[in-house]
Amino acid sequence: MFRTRSALWALALVVFLLYPVVVTNPAYRNIAVVTLIFMACATSWNMFSGYSGYVALGSAAFYGTGAYTMALLANHLHMAGGAAMFWLVPLGGLAAMVAAVPVGLIALRVRRHTFVVITIAIFFVFQLTAINLSFTGGTGGLSLPYVPWGASYFEVPFYYVGLGILIFAVILSALVRRSRFGLQLLAIRDDEDRALGLGVRVFPVKLTGFVMSAFVIGMGGALYAMLQGQIYPQFVFNPIFDITVALMAFFGGFGTLLGPLLGGLILESAQQYFTVTFSGGSLGSLYLIIFGALFLIVILFMPQGIVIAVRTWFVARAARALRETPSGDGALVGGGV
Amino acid sequence: MSTLLSAQGVSRAFGGVQALSLCSLDVEKGSITGLIGPNGSGKTTLFNVMTGYVKPDVGTVTFDGRNITNARPDKVFALGVGRTFQLTRIFGRMTVVENMLVATQHEEGWLRGLTRSKSSKSELDSAMEWLDFVGLARLSSMEAGSLSYGQRKLLELAYVLVADPDVILLDEPAGGVNPTLINEIGEKIRTLNKSGKTFLIVEHNMEFVMNLCDAVTVMHQGSDLVTGTPAEVRSNPLVLDAYLGGGEDDEDETIEAAHG
Repeated sequence: MFRTRSALWALALVVFLLYPVVVTNPAYRNIAVVTLIFMACATSWNMFSGYSGYVALGSAAFYGTGAYTMALLANHLHMAGGAAMFWLVPLGGLAAMVAAVPVGLIALRVRRHTFVVITIAIFFVFQLTAINLSFTGGTGGLSLPYVPWGASYFEVPFYYVGLGILIFAVILSALVRRSRFGLQLLAIRDDEDRALGLGVRVFPVKLTGFVMSAFVIGMGGALYAMLQGQIYPQFVFNPIFDITVALMAFFGGFGTLLGPLLGGLILESAQQYFTVTFSGGSLGSLYLIIFGALFLIVILFMPQGIVIAVRTWFVARAARALRETPSGDGALVGGGV
Repeated sequence: MSTLLSAQGVSRAFGGVQALSLCSLDVEKGSITGLIGPNGSGKTTLFNVMTGYVKPDVGTVTFDGRNITNARPDKVFALGVGRTFQLTRIFGRMTVVENMLVATQHEEGWLRGLTRSKSSKSELDSAMEWLDFVGLARLSSMEAGSLSYGQRKLLELAYVLVADPDVILLDEPAGGVNPTLINEIGEKIRTLNKSGKTFLIVEHNMEFVMNLCDAVTVMHQGSDLVTGTPAEVRSNPLVLDAYLGGGEDDEDETIEAAHG
C-alpha cells in the first residue's frame, strides 16, 4: 500500500516535470502555471483551514500582499526584468506572513461563522487600502519590469518556479500533518475547548498555523504578478480568489493532503481551458454552465469531496472482502491522509 | 492529610443568575471527594472555575499551595489538574490513539510541536498502556467518533490519565452508563486512588458516590451546604431538605445548559 502510494506520487511528479516539454502551446502552458499557483495556494490554505476547521475566506489579502511586494520591490530596486525577479517570490511570501500576524491576532479570537465573516471583512480592508493608497498606484495598478523572454519559452521558467512552490507546499502540509503541531490543529478542529483542557495552547497554535499558511499564498501572488507584468487591486485582492481556494479544497477533500491538489488541478485547469476554448465564440459563456454543472455533480454525489468519497468506497470494499474471506486478519482502518 | 485542591469563597454570576455564591471546597490529597447536589446547584460551574474555564467574580482557587484562580485551562492542566466533561468530549475524527496523544505534551513549548513528530516511542507506549487499562487497546486505530457512549467515557478517562495529573475531576462518570460499566469505572477509580491519585467526582448516582467517596460535599443554590463522610451527609436533615425540595426555586436549568 505504502509503495503503491509512493509510486503514484513519483508518477505525478514526472508528469508535472515533463508537461512543458511535451506541451508547447503557450496558452496551455499559461493555464498550467496558473493552475500550479492555485494548487499551491489551496494546499496551503487547507494546511491551516482544513486541519484546524477555521474556514478563512480572506486569503486574497495575502495573495495581493505577495503580488504588491513583488511589484513594488522590483520597481524600487530598478530590477531588469528576468530570472533575478524570482528572488522576490519568497520575499512576497514573507511579507504575506507579516501581514497575517495582525489579521490572525484579530480574527482568531472568534470561531466558526464569526471567523469567516471577520476574515472577509479584513480582506476588504486590504483591498480598499490597495485602491486608496498612492504608492500602490490606486485602481490604475502597477506595471512590473518587462520580462524579455521569447514567446516559445516565456512560461517555462514560471512553470518550474510554480512547481517548486507547489512541491514546497505539499511537503510542508504533509510534515505538519505528521507533526505534534498538526495533531494539535486537528484536535482544535474537533473540540477546541477540550484541547485547551488537555494542555494545548490553542491560540499560539492557531496563529502559527494561520501565519504559516500565508507564506505559500504570498509566494503564489508574487509569482502571478511577475507572470502578468501588470497588477490591479481588484484582480490580486480578488474576493473570487478567497472563495475559489476554499472551494478547491472542499471539492477535492477538506482537511486531506491530496484533496486541494485534485480540486485545484481539476477546477482551475477546467475553468481556464473552458475560458480559452469557448469564451468569445458562438458558445459564449456556455463554459460557465458546464463548469457549474460539474461542480453540482460532485457536491451532489460526493459532499465531502472526491478524496474522502473514494476512500470511504475503498474502505467499504475492503470490509466486504474481509467478510467474504474470514481468514484474513487485515486491519480495516488505515491512517488518515 | 493536606489539602491539594481548594476553592475558597468563590462566587460567579451569569447575568442575573448567581451560579456560585461564596462556595468553598477542599479536596484532601489522596482522597476521593464527592460533590453532589440538585440540578442547577452549581457543581459544573464550580468545576469550570477550578479548571480555568470560567473566571470567578470573587474567591480564590489554589492547587498544591499555588494560586491558580485566573490561570487558563491549558496551564491548570499542565500543573496537574485533569478533568472530564459531563457530556463526553472526545476528538471524533481522530483515531483513539491520536486522542490519547493530544494529552501527552505536558509542559511543552508550543513551538516544539512543529519540530517533532506526533509521538515519541515512550508517549505511544504510555498511551497504549492506559488504553489497555480502560480496555480500549484493541480499538486504538479506530476513529474515536465511532465509539459507543460508554467507550467514550472510558477514552476520556484514559486521555486525562495519560498526562499523569495529580488530581482528576470527573463530571458524572456514571451518567448514562450501564450498571456493569458503572462498577467497572468505580473499580478503576479505586485502583488509581490506591496508586496515589486524588479524585473529585460530581455524580447523581448516590450509591456510586456513597460507596466510593471518603468525603462528600453537598451543594445547594451555589454554595456548599454540608461537608462530611458519606454516613454523616446521608443523615443530615439539611441535605434531605435540599434534595426533597424546600419549596424554593432551585432549578436553575439555564446554568447547566450554558455550562454543561
